[in-house]
Amino acid sequence: MNTLNDLRTTGQRGRITDVTGDDAVAVRLMEMGLTEDAEIELIGFAPLGDPIEFLVRGYRLSLRKAEASRVAIELI
Amino acid sequence: MTATSPSPTVAGKPEGPLTVAVIGNPNTGKSTLFTALTGIHSRIGNYPGVTVEKKIGTFHHDHREIHLVDLPGTYSLSPRSLDEMVSVDVLLGRQADVGRIDVVICIADAANLERNLYLVSQVLDLGLPTVLILNMWDVAQSRGVQIDADQLSQKLGIPVVPCEAHRHRQIDAVKQAILTTAGRQSINPPRVFPACFYEEGRQLQAQLAEWGEPATPFYVAERMLLDVGGQIETSFLRKFSAQLPATLTAARERLKSSGFRVPAAEAKARYAWVREVLSGVMFVPQQRSVTRSDQLDQWLTHKVWGLSAFVVIMFAVFQSISTAASPLMELCEVGQQAVGGWVGSLIPPGPFQSLVVDGVIGGVGGILVFLPQICFLFLFIALLEDCGYMARAAFLMDKLMTKVGLSGKSFVPLMSSFACAIPGIMATRTIENRRDRMVTILIAPLMSCSARFPVYWLMVAAFFPDITWGGGWISLRGILIFVMTFFGAVVAVPVAWLFKKTLFKGETPPFVMELPSYKWPSPRIVLSRVYDRGKAFVVRAGTLIFATSILIWAASYFPGDHTHLYQLQEQVEQARTSLAPELAERDRLQKLQSEQSGRPEQTESLKELEQQLAATEARLEPLNKLVAERNVIAEHLLETSFLGRFGKTIEPTVRPLGWDWRIGVGVLASFPAREVIVSTLGTIYSLGNEVVATDTGLQQALRDSRRSDGRLVYSIPVALSIMVFFALCAQCVSTLMVIRRETNSWFWPLFTFTYMTTLAYVGAFAAYQLGSWLM
Repeated sequence: MNTLNDLRTTGQRGRITDVTGDDAVAVRLMEMGLTEDAEIELIGFAPLGDPIEFLVRGYRLSLRKAEASRVAIELI
Repeated sequence: MTATSPSPTVAGKPEGPLTVAVIGNPNTGKSTLFTALTGIHSRIGNYPGVTVEKKIGTFHHDHREIHLVDLPGTYSLSPRSLDEMVSVDVLLGRQADVGRIDVVICIADAANLERNLYLVSQVLDLGLPTVLILNMWDVAQSRGVQIDADQLSQKLGIPVVPCEAHRHRQIDAVKQAILTTAGRQSINPPRVFPACFYEEGRQLQAQLAEWGEPATPFYVAERMLLDVGGQIETSFLRKFSAQLPATLTAARERLKSSGFRVPAAEAKARYAWVREVLSGVMFVPQQRSVTRSDQLDQWLTHKVWGLSAFVVIMFAVFQSISTAASPLMELCEVGQQAVGGWVGSLIPPGPFQSLVVDGVIGGVGGILVFLPQICFLFLFIALLEDCGYMARAAFLMDKLMTKVGLSGKSFVPLMSSFACAIPGIMATRTIENRRDRMVTILIAPLMSCSARFPVYWLMVAAFFPDITWGGGWISLRGILIFVMTFFGAVVAVPVAWLFKKTLFKGETPPFVMELPSYKWPSPRIVLSRVYDRGKAFVVRAGTLIFATSILIWAASYFPGDHTHLYQLQEQVEQARTSLAPELAERDRLQKLQSEQSGRPEQTESLKELEQQLAATEARLEPLNKLVAERNVIAEHLLETSFLGRFGKTIEPTVRPLGWDWRIGVGVLASFPAREVIVSTLGTIYSLGNEVVATDTGLQQALRDSRRSDGRLVYSIPVALSIMVFFALCAQCVSTLMVIRRETNSWFWPLFTFTYMTTLAYVGAFAAYQLGSWLM
C-alpha cells in the first residue's frame, strides 16, 4: 500500500484511498480535506526534510512524515 | 424537521442591539473584516475558565446597534477541548456573557472555497440565520476561479456576499446582509447525512430528555454521536457515566451497520455535499496557474535560500528592535527621571514625596519601559503573520522544535523572548494546541531577555579580567556574556522535555497546517494588533505590576525615619548649586584626561591635568563629604527597612549560594524587574541609587565589600552564582502578570515563579560550589 510518503518528486500526484485510524489525528486530516478520492500533489520538503508540503483541494497543506504515513494513496 | 427549535425572532425587539458572531477558517481575512466593520476599538477579555480571548466590537448601521463577536479561527466546529467548546457555546447562545446570537457571519476564502465550505456546512447545522462572506474575491478572480454567488446563495438558502475586506470593498453590503438576515427565521440545515443519522440524533435527544436533560440542541446530540472522545461526549459522561457509554456505543454500532462509520463518515459526507453544492457554481481552471506567491515560496522554503532568508529576516527583526526600541526605552527612563525630579520639586520631602516619585512614577515607568519592545516585536510578528510568512517560519523550524517535543509554531514566540518574554508569551496565541502553548509559555521566561544584560555586565566587568585573544576580536568578558545569554535557552531544553513528559502528557499533536498565499500586509490590521497588544499589556497587566512596585517600595521605605536623609539631601543640592563651576570644571578635566590617557607623548600634560583635577577635587571636598554621609544614611535606612530585615532573616537560605544579606535584599528588591538589582546594590553600597551597570565605582565597591568577619563578600564563584541565578529566576513581575492574563489563571504564574526560583537556586548553588571547588 502506498502512502503520501511515497510521493518523492515535486509534482508527483496521488489519489487518496483511506486515512488509517479513528483518532483525533485522523479526524483532523480528514477535516482538512484528505478524504477518499481527493487528489493530492507533492510540492516539496522543508529544508530539514520534514514536514512536507502538499497541494490538496486547491490549497497548500503541510504535514509531518508521521502524519503523511497515515494517508493511503494510489499513485496517478 | 429543523435541527433546532426555531429561536424567537428579532421582530419582537425591532430596535434592540443585534449580536452577531463571526466565524471562519484561519487565513480567510476574518480579523481584516472584523476591523473593517468595527474600527480598531473593541473590548478584549477572556471567557471564564479558558484561555480563549473574547473580542467584541460594536458598530451602527441603519440606526441599529450591532455587537460583533469574534470567534477563534478554526477549520471545524467539532470541539475537542474546553477552549474549542467556547465557539459552540457562543453560537448556541449558552455563553452567558455574550447572550443569544442573532446572526452568524461565516467568512470563507473565495480562492479556497472547497475546504472552507466544510466549516460552513457545520455552521449551517446550527440552524441559525447565517450570512456567507466570500472574502478575497479579487484573489480568486486573478486565479481564474469563477463563482456564481447568486446560484450558491440559492443552493445554500442563505445570503452570499462577495467581499474584499482588505480594500474595504463591499463592507456596506455585508452590513446590509446582516440586517436583512436578522429579521429572518432560523434556517433549515442541509441534509448532509443519511436519514438514519438524523433518526439516531433524535433518539439521543429523546433519551437525554428522559434522563432529565431536556432541550438539548440537535447540534449537541449530533456532535456527541460524531466526535468519539470529543468535548461534548466528555462533559455529558460526567453527568450520565452509567447510561451514556452504552447508549452511544449502540447508536454508533447501528450507524456503522447502515454504512455510516463514525468518525470517518462525517468528513466524507460533508465533502461530498460540498462537491455537490459547488458543481455548476464554481469553475476552477484545469491547469492551476503558478502564482507569484508560488514562485516566492519556491525561494523562501528552499533548502539553502529559504534557511538563509529565515536567518536574515530574524536577524533583521532583532536588530531593528534593538536600534528602534532602545532609544525609546532610554527616553522612557529619562522621562521618568525628569518627571520624578519635577514632581519631587513640587512636593516637600517626606513619605508622600517618596511614594509619588519612587513608588508611583517609578512603577508607571517600570510598565512603560516595556512598551516600546512590546510594540516593536508585535509590529514584526503582526507583519510576518499577516503576509503569510509566519506559517513558513513554523514550517522551516518544525523539525528542530520537535526535538524538544514542541512544534515549529513555538519558534517565533521563543525567539521573541530573547528580547523580552512579555511579547513572546503574548505571541503564543498562534499555537492552537493547548499543551504546546502552555509549555512554550512556561519556558519563554528562561530565554535571556534584555533586562538580564545589566546584571551580567555588572558582574562580568567587576570580577573578570579584560583578557582578549586574536587581536582583540575575542574577549573573555564577551565569551562570558555570550554563554550567559544562551544558558537559559540550553536549560529550557530539558525543562520543556520534562513538562511534556509530566504535566502536559499526551499524544504528539498533529502538525497539519495550511500554508496561506503570500499577500501584502494590511497596515490597519497590523497597527490594530499592535494597539490591542500594547493596550492589553498596559491595562490588564499594568495595574498588577504597578501594585507590586508600590508594595516593594513600601517595604524598602518603612519603618525608618527619613528626616535626616532629607536634610542631607537638601544640603547636597545647595552645595551642588554653589559649587556648580567646580563641578563643570571637574567634568571638563575628566573628559580631557580620558581623551589623552594612553598616549605616551602626552605624559607631561597628563601630569598637569592630574594636578588640576586634584585641586578641583579638594575644592569639591565639602560636597563629596555630604554625598558620602547621605549615602551612608540611605544604606542604613534600607538595611533597617522591612525589606532589609527580611533580607537578613533569609540570609541563612542564601548563604549556600555564597551570598550575604545585601545580595539577598538586592534580589528581593528586584522582584518587580531584574535590572533593579543594580540600583539597589548601589544604595546598599552607599553609592546612591543613580548608578548604572557600567559604573566603575559600583564595580569597585563590589570588589571591596567585606563580610562582618572581614572576608571579601564577592569572588568569582559568587559572581557566577549571581549570574546563574538571574539567568534562571523569574524576577520579573510583568512576565508573571502576562502569564496570568494569557492563561487566565493564578496557578500558572505561581507555578512559573516556583519552578524558576527553584531552578535558579539549585543552579546558583551548583555554580558557587563548583566554582569554589575549582578555584
